[in-house]
Amino acid sequence: MVEVTFLAAQLPPVEQAYLLEARQMQALSFAVHIPLVCFGIAFPSLVLLAEWLHLRTGDPLYRTLARRWSKVMLALFAVGAVTGTILSFEMGLLWPGFMAAFGDVFGLGFALEGFSFFVEAIFIAIYVYGWDRLSPRAHFLSGIPIAVAGFTGSLMVISVNAWMQNPTGFRLRADGQVVDVEPVKALFANPYLWPQLTHMYVAGYLVAGFLVAAAYAVRRLRGDRSRYVRTALIIPLTVAAIAAPVQIVVGDWIARQVAETQPTKLAAFEGLGETTRGAPIHLGGWYVDGEVKAGIEIPRLLSLLAAHDPDAVVEGLDAVPEAERPPVNLVRLAFQTMVGIGTFLALVGGVHVVTLLRRGRMPLSPWFLRAVVLAGPLSVLALIAGWVATEVGRQPWVVYGVMRTSEAVTGADGIPVGYATLVVVYTALIAAVAWILRRLARVPLEDAPQGAERVTD
Amino acid sequence: MSLTELPLLFVLLGLTAYAVLGGADFGAGLWQLLSAGSRGRALREHAHRSMGPVWEANHVWLIFVLVIFWTAYPVAFGSIASTLAVPLFIAAVGIILRGTAYALRSGARSDREAIRIDLAFAMSSILTPFALGAMVGAIASERVPVGNAAGALWGSWLNPTAIFIGVLAVAAGAYMAAVFLAGDARRIGQEELAQAFRRRALAAGAATGALALIGLVVVRADARALFDDLTSGPGVAALAASAVAGLATLALLWRSAFEPARYAAAAAVAAIVGGWALAQQPMLLPGLTVQEAAAGRATLVAILVGVLAGSLILFPSLALLFRMVLRGAFDPGATRHGAERHPRHPLRPPGSAWPRMLATAGAAGAGLALFGGGWREPLGIAVLLTAAAAGSVGLVRLALCDERDIDVLDAAARVRRKP
Repeated sequence: MVEVTFLAAQLPPVEQAYLLEARQMQALSFAVHIPLVCFGIAFPSLVLLAEWLHLRTGDPLYRTLARRWSKVMLALFAVGAVTGTILSFEMGLLWPGFMAAFGDVFGLGFALEGFSFFVEAIFIAIYVYGWDRLSPRAHFLSGIPIAVAGFTGSLMVISVNAWMQNPTGFRLRADGQVVDVEPVKALFANPYLWPQLTHMYVAGYLVAGFLVAAAYAVRRLRGDRSRYVRTALIIPLTVAAIAAPVQIVVGDWIARQVAETQPTKLAAFEGLGETTRGAPIHLGGWYVDGEVKAGIEIPRLLSLLAAHDPDAVVEGLDAVPEAERPPVNLVRLAFQTMVGIGTFLALVGGVHVVTLLRRGRMPLSPWFLRAVVLAGPLSVLALIAGWVATEVGRQPWVVYGVMRTSEAVTGADGIPVGYATLVVVYTALIAAVAWILRRLARVPLEDAPQGAERVTD
Repeated sequence: MSLTELPLLFVLLGLTAYAVLGGADFGAGLWQLLSAGSRGRALREHAHRSMGPVWEANHVWLIFVLVIFWTAYPVAFGSIASTLAVPLFIAAVGIILRGTAYALRSGARSDREAIRIDLAFAMSSILTPFALGAMVGAIASERVPVGNAAGALWGSWLNPTAIFIGVLAVAAGAYMAAVFLAGDARRIGQEELAQAFRRRALAAGAATGALALIGLVVVRADARALFDDLTSGPGVAALAASAVAGLATLALLWRSAFEPARYAAAAAVAAIVGGWALAQQPMLLPGLTVQEAAAGRATLVAILVGVLAGSLILFPSLALLFRMVLRGAFDPGATRHGAERHPRHPLRPPGSAWPRMLATAGAAGAGLALFGGGWREPLGIAVLLTAAAAGSVGLVRLALCDERDIDVLDAAARVRRKP
């Protein structure tokens, strides 16, 4: 058995002229999939909240809302399922060296995720096709496994990604063999897992909440002052508004974890060239020759954030050879984009929550609604920027400090052709999703919105 | 059976489920293509409606196969995925088309739009089964060596055996779809539709059978070793079982016994998958036995425990879904319940003490998370998240109770506001 479980002799690293294209292809697939994941995480809870309001009040408006949202949820889940399938194909298509060497270490996470995916697919069908066919209570209950599976699914996938950031649960022998594999320990005894999972889970509520809210804020701005639109605005916006400040606390948690396990990545986030005591943060600017030029310096803030001590020593990029540093400016730009947008989202959320608590009503001024409209797409940008920061920040490693991305890549020809094909296919896919969302939004309200107990199909 | 072979058994079971259920789903797309005219509308609608609640779950079997395979046999997975990159990518494109077509279908307003969307689905129903079948053919005919893209990028899967198995997969899917759709049509009382699919099932079944016979000749000429393994020992028993099950399906279809025909058709596919496994064992890839390819003991045990535990959730859930489908719970006209009708409890804003309580809890959680260190961090985060979840529900209620700015209620609201 031993002679085939090692990478070096079986799948030796190959020359791949298109490594960057392979990475971009993976990144594209990921960028298309991850906003859909947010809907998988958060949308079931929003739909269930609306349905719960119906069960409690008997008000058919909430049922109409839940029912219409559930159709959107089903369509987005279908697209998310296939784009997720593509990602799993690409694990082998693009990174066979990685799979061959470490599939036995992290694969279990995906195997368990498969069951979550099953549960999601089964109950989303029962839920959406079960309107009017199940008793109201049974129907509500059939939606709960969707929300639970959304959580366990992200737990499993993030466990793999967290392992790539902080690989444990195996031993690398001097000859390059991966031995003493302990998959459960590798995936679930990883201190990186919980901050990363929480950060992504809360991000799911931010993205789904602000995007849905943005759609109804647009309608409200266009003069639709119906109770339906207002309700559909309040539910996602309120949930996202609370999630946004929470995300700042969670972000601080994960940042300290990064400082501890991936100091080089943290240095790239901030463009810290040299190991520094009392390290500053720069807002904006550009990293050139070991320092940030033209940025606004905030002294000691990085030390404060990374170690909660303004005089702490923060490791700079100079701690590792140049070949082991990520592309600093891209990572830094992505990180600053995420933090900047996150701050804006927290402000929008704060205005909403404070107004609600002080005046007993949500802010409905046009300027606030415009900010909500902006928050929708910006939250997606922050999501993708955050993933760029964490994944590009991991480079040149696929398994941090253990295996380089160049050792993982496929030796097959034709990556540019595949990449170009995928660009075409995904452009069409995005257009198709936009089309179906517009169509679903334009279907006339089927239930009488103002309280009549009439239900027509 | 040893621990090293057990994951392969899971993979083969998953592959059989995918070939039967996923294959039937793709086959439905093929029938939509073949009834694209206006007369075929009923057929196309039936194919869409019938697959709606189950297609997604049917496709998860492929994910199941992939993830078990790459965890248990990582080197073999890397070798297969890199050499067979082209058919794998083609299958991926087909799967994107399938999911997108399904998502779009609910938005179609005219028959013309529906036809266009079904066309995307139909393309996927040729692309994906063919590509995946060709991959099976490439592996079975020993054209995937161990190594990173060590086999031929094109020749590995564009050869007589692989092409034949690809075509067979497309045909078998169409066959299975017609059998299933005939049964579903009868359940909803559309006997005419059932007979239309019965005729299609008979034709597709005969074609698939004929193809299988021709295929034996092709395989004999192209991959003699595979042919010998298939026609001797346990391999031949599996082939015979498949032939018997296939003939039984045709006989049942002839007598319009659609329900048993479903299971006979599934058995025919299962026997083929089993036959392939028996023919190829103990080799996984040329020069690599299943035992050599297997991951270490800890991983195999983890897979075993994980799959068994997962099955405890999966199988009851699947049984629930399929029982509902087969009993017609989702069929048109099965509407039994409407909206909740119990007396209304109008929404009231939550009491005035709760925001302070939750805010305090949230702040305490945040404080612990930020400054607690060690085990207090996750505890603080947990408290914060709980307070946030409870606070969300409370604030939503608070916001919904305020109806001052709604047009229709303006008058009533104005009255209420006057002291």
